[in-house]
Amino acid sequence: MSARPETITAVEAAGETYKHGFVTEIDSEFAPKGLSEDIVRFISAKKGEPEWMLDWRLRAYRRWLTMQEPAWAKVDFPQIDYQDSYYYAAPKGFGTRPKSLEEVDPELLRTYEKLGIPLSERMLLAGVAVDAVFDSVSVVTTFKEKLHEAGVIFCSISEAVQDHPDMVKKYLGSVVPYADNFHATLNSAVFSDGTFVYIPPGVRCPMELSTYFRINAANTGQFERTLIIADKGSYVSYLEGCTAPMRDENQLHAAVVELVALDDAEIKYSTVQNWYPGDKEGRGGIYNFVTKRGLCRGRNSKISWTQVETGSAITWKYPSCILQGDNSVGEFYSIAITNNHQQADTGTKMIHIGRNTTSRIVAKGISAGASQSTYRGLVSIHPRAEGARNHTQCDSLLIGDKCGAHTVPYIEVRNPSAQVEHEATTSKLSEEQMFYCRQRGLDAESAVALLVNGFCREVLQHLPMEFAVEAQKLVGVSLEGSVG
Amino acid sequence: MGKAMLEIKNLHVSAEGQEILRGVDLVVNAGEVHAIMGPNGSGKSTLSYVLAGRPGYDITQGSIFYRGEDLTPLPPEARAAKGIFLGFQYPVEIPGVATMTFLKHALNAQRKWRGEEELDAMGVMKLVQREAGKLKISADMLKRPVNTGFSGGEKKRCEILQMAVLQPLLAVLDETDSGLDVDALRLVGDGVSALRTPDRAMIVITHYQRLLDHIVPDFVHVLSQGKITRSGGRELALELDREGYAGEQPPERIPARA
Repeated sequence: MSARPETITAVEAAGETYKHGFVTEIDSEFAPKGLSEDIVRFISAKKGEPEWMLDWRLRAYRRWLTMQEPAWAKVDFPQIDYQDSYYYAAPKGFGTRPKSLEEVDPELLRTYEKLGIPLSERMLLAGVAVDAVFDSVSVVTTFKEKLHEAGVIFCSISEAVQDHPDMVKKYLGSVVPYADNFHATLNSAVFSDGTFVYIPPGVRCPMELSTYFRINAANTGQFERTLIIADKGSYVSYLEGCTAPMRDENQLHAAVVELVALDDAEIKYSTVQNWYPGDKEGRGGIYNFVTKRGLCRGRNSKISWTQVETGSAITWKYPSCILQGDNSVGEFYSIAITNNHQQADTGTKMIHIGRNTTSRIVAKGISAGASQSTYRGLVSIHPRAEGARNHTQCDSLLIGDKCGAHTVPYIEVRNPSAQVEHEATTSKLSEEQMFYCRQRGLDAESAVALLVNGFCREVLQHLPMEFAVEAQKLVGVSLEGSVG
Repeated sequence: MGKAMLEIKNLHVSAEGQEILRGVDLVVNAGEVHAIMGPNGSGKSTLSYVLAGRPGYDITQGSIFYRGEDLTPLPPEARAAKGIFLGFQYPVEIPGVATMTFLKHALNAQRKWRGEEELDAMGVMKLVQREAGKLKISADMLKRPVNTGFSGGEKKRCEILQMAVLQPLLAVLDETDSGLDVDALRLVGDGVSALRTPDRAMIVITHYQRLLDHIVPDFVHVLSQGKITRSGGRELALELDREGYAGEQPPERIPARA
């Protein structure tokens, strides 16, 4: 099942040019299945990592061996056999990838057409053509040069380990320690690649940074690691688009994202997640078990998470903010859509440590088909957090009568001056609204899309423009077939 | 099928197992305005819903032909695209969707269905603003979510705005006068009257005569116990206004649906 020799040559040539490009994808074909200390060493060696990085991975691996998979989320899935996975491999062998659009599942292509993604990108997303992969590398490179002028570092985490080791050493694991939780620890041991961003003091990043073009790397890397540092007084908006399909059996995707905002810095992190959700009967799809956490370390710093979660068989993630600096602000705006047999247990944690810290949570859950959606959120006010404030709003919308929506708020207040507010609503998509829209000429699916977009409006407003358009379309596509 | 725009024959309709319409006959030609009056629970709103194709209403007997075509198998959106408009008695709130956005989606869905070119945002905005001005609907109101937080009068004016923008051939207006004060009634009534054209027909459902001062009907029908019991001209409405529906027996059980 290995790739054709000319492909390997071509990719290796490109790998030379772009250093840590995509050559690893091909090599990965030969990595053995399963997880052991040898595999961890293998991964580290492949990347030519320094000793300290390998040590960190090994510490994580040894810790992971002592840990139990958590079971508290309201999600159901068969036991994952961690020895039955590739940790340095394309989930689907290169040789078995579709070589042309004709070999790609037509339903998948129709989805892309609906999303308005141009053909070349559709090919890229389907993992079809090697030249398309090259295209995306060059795009990233163009980005890099322009950003370099502003002093922004935007590169893969593997490059950062080589080129900016002091920063990686200082910040990697500073927000999500390697022993944090089962999946994050696994990620720490075996992370394949990811993104590193550093914004120097006082710099407003001149453009939105995006991982969208590196989707093919994500396609193989089920364990990405992202680290973003906004130095004093800087600003960055980062977009993470997971529109890559995976048509395999249930697959684990355990990424870690760490954000650090220093004094007066702001990080805006937006995600549109559309991993393969499995088929209508609930076969296949991604297990998206992700740890995302931001540290507002400096005074007046701000971290804002916006997420649109429409894909994955199971979504299990809580983008969180640790509000350590005085006057720091944490925000979480979320839309979680589940259809068919999807399950989502998602929410946020707002940890108020500093004085006058504020957090705002707006979570919109939409459940259709036989899916289950849970909002789980923690608001914790520490004793020193004088004057802390939180406002939480959770709205659930049910479509049909076989789905479920659940809200599980945890509130801990250890400072009497804190103000914490929680509002929650649950409603059903009403027959009256549907009929009203249809009477005006919208078909049932367009009506659902319009009504759900209206329901999500407050959150969609927080997405950067180009993402908002994509997200609005996705909302409609994700709910197709949810009304009779 | 003749040249009638709408031809209803011996129409029997049940909802939730209860028969509400019990043999309605009605012919409406282009250019005509028909008023349908009657006591509460006589089946007026049911008739409007059946014409618009609302799910949950079963036609057990009879037929509805619209412009020579059997209407009954068509879904609501197809009927809308073919020119049937229903002005709702209780316009539905759609949070988060601006009125202008809603109208753009509705208009373009209908145009697309008919094989016409869709209008761009600017084209829709111009059209909507022109019609909104006539109904004294502000630009601010067009930005607000559909019917959300609108007063009774604003909701009804917004229904007429939608009618003006969508340009239907057959407009069914269900108790458009309910909840309106005298000024709002005049505004809505004049708005509707301005939309009378030789190729457009209207069915105006109302409880009271007062709306018909503004929208003068060509025909007046009394719907009672699921049947049209009397038909006449304008004078019938005035007579009912004086004497009430006393002569028209209410049904023994008032159906649950409005």
